[in-house]
Amino acid sequence: MARLKVEDLSFSFGYDTILEKINFEINESEVVSIVGPSGGGKTTLLRLCAGLLDRQEGKIENSFETQSIAFQDPRLLPWKDTIENIAFGLKAMGVPRVKRNERAKEIALKFELEEKDFDKFPKELSGGMQQRVSFARALVTKPKLLFLDEPFSALDIGLKMELQNHVMDLIAKKEITIFFITHDIMEAIRLSDKVLLLAPDPGRIIKIFDFDLPQNQRDNEYVYSQTTKLLSDREIIETFELEFR
Amino acid sequence: MNFIIKTLRDFPAYLWSGWGALASIFLFIALWDVGNQVYGDLVLPSPLDTFKTLVLLFDDQEFIKNLLITLKRAVTSFSFSLLVGTFLGLLAGFFVTASIVSRPIITILMGMPPIAWIVLAMIWFGMGDLTVEFVVIVASMPIIFVGALQGTRTLESGFEEMADIFKVPFFMKFLDVYLPHIFSYVFPAWVAALGMAWKVVIMAELLATNDGLGAALAISRSHLDTPTALAIVTVLIGLLMIAEYIFLEPIKREVEKWRD
Repeated sequence: MARLKVEDLSFSFGYDTILEKINFEINESEVVSIVGPSGGGKTTLLRLCAGLLDRQEGKIENSFETQSIAFQDPRLLPWKDTIENIAFGLKAMGVPRVKRNERAKEIALKFELEEKDFDKFPKELSGGMQQRVSFARALVTKPKLLFLDEPFSALDIGLKMELQNHVMDLIAKKEITIFFITHDIMEAIRLSDKVLLLAPDPGRIIKIFDFDLPQNQRDNEYVYSQTTKLLSDREIIETFELEFR
Repeated sequence: MNFIIKTLRDFPAYLWSGWGALASIFLFIALWDVGNQVYGDLVLPSPLDTFKTLVLLFDDQEFIKNLLITLKRAVTSFSFSLLVGTFLGLLAGFFVTASIVSRPIITILMGMPPIAWIVLAMIWFGMGDLTVEFVVIVASMPIIFVGALQGTRTLESGFEEMADIFKVPFFMKFLDVYLPHIFSYVFPAWVAALGMAWKVVIMAELLATNDGLGAALAISRSHLDTPTALAIVTVLIGLLMIAEYIFLEPIKREVEKWRD
């Protein structure tokens, strides 16, 4: 069983301690979210786990064979067209051109991109389309571990649902493991098996919430009621500074 | 490879779009003819006379020899600038200190008028090839250097992160993530530097050598041979236009298609 295991992870920029003694574990086909206010070290934690930052203290064990990521901004290469952008990860894996274009086109259609968009450059696509392409690029490689760095934050509610449904399909089929970062508690509840609360200054995990109901059985009512419950949680209120004055 | 094919494929459409440019050139020639009718042959020979002289020039062995000398000087020194300037610019761009240190030096080099370089080079190297080549290099290299420097300085770290998650091999990362961005800065710098090199080579030749088109221009001036002078100027401009519109512009369009 592949897993991502973080043990006693601490990280600082100069004298600024960003993360302190972080411990958690993500097992295969689990969805784990980190919620916390902006600037609390969520992205730093993700970058450490993804191997984009060098570890300073503690241990990270990542035994997933393949990984990919979707960011808040689409980060499409502006000099590549839609299909080339989607196929980027496949190209890195050494999949031959014909094969990778075929797979890219297939997933593009699934993400409701149209054939006429295939040879457009990112500048010719709307923001929503760009995010579809970005998601297609992240998923076309069939990653074992997917990092989501607030990819839904800037989207309208319809597209948000649509992309989340794609992710839910994969979760239901137990095909993917997800490390999800968000500041939106409702989003976290909809998708996750476990929600870790990251308190800032310095970043540390102060509480873990478990959600056992399978994702595809969670209706709006479930999500809303759980959200209400979490929002009245002492630690959540303090971490997000929710108190009314 | 793909890129070359695309450029060639779009070339006919590009040429076809040139009718407007052609019309404005003809308008310019018409105005030139008006100038001739107002000021007379000595001051401004008519376009027809100039083109006739031009045809005669190409029968003249001496002129062909001069043309080749100038081309050789321009091409060798520009190529040197291109290779060394691009290399140094990229290198400086990858190191913060190097880019900070090089910036003021480049400003000084770019601010120095080429004519001042010519004077210095004549003192240092005397009359001849080396003087001309030196001046062309110092005039064109900083432009290329700055282009390459800015290209590397402005690389987006976000793309690199994305590529690192996908564990993109270094060579692919260079070709797909770095190069298109850098090239979109370096290429316009090459074009600007080429224009500069071509102007400076003539100026340096006019003052510092006995051969080449610049020297031929100086001789036609001393003979008050305005038609020949204008014919040479026409050749100079014609060559630059061919280089720019037949070779460089189509490449530039292809390279910058993805830009806003």
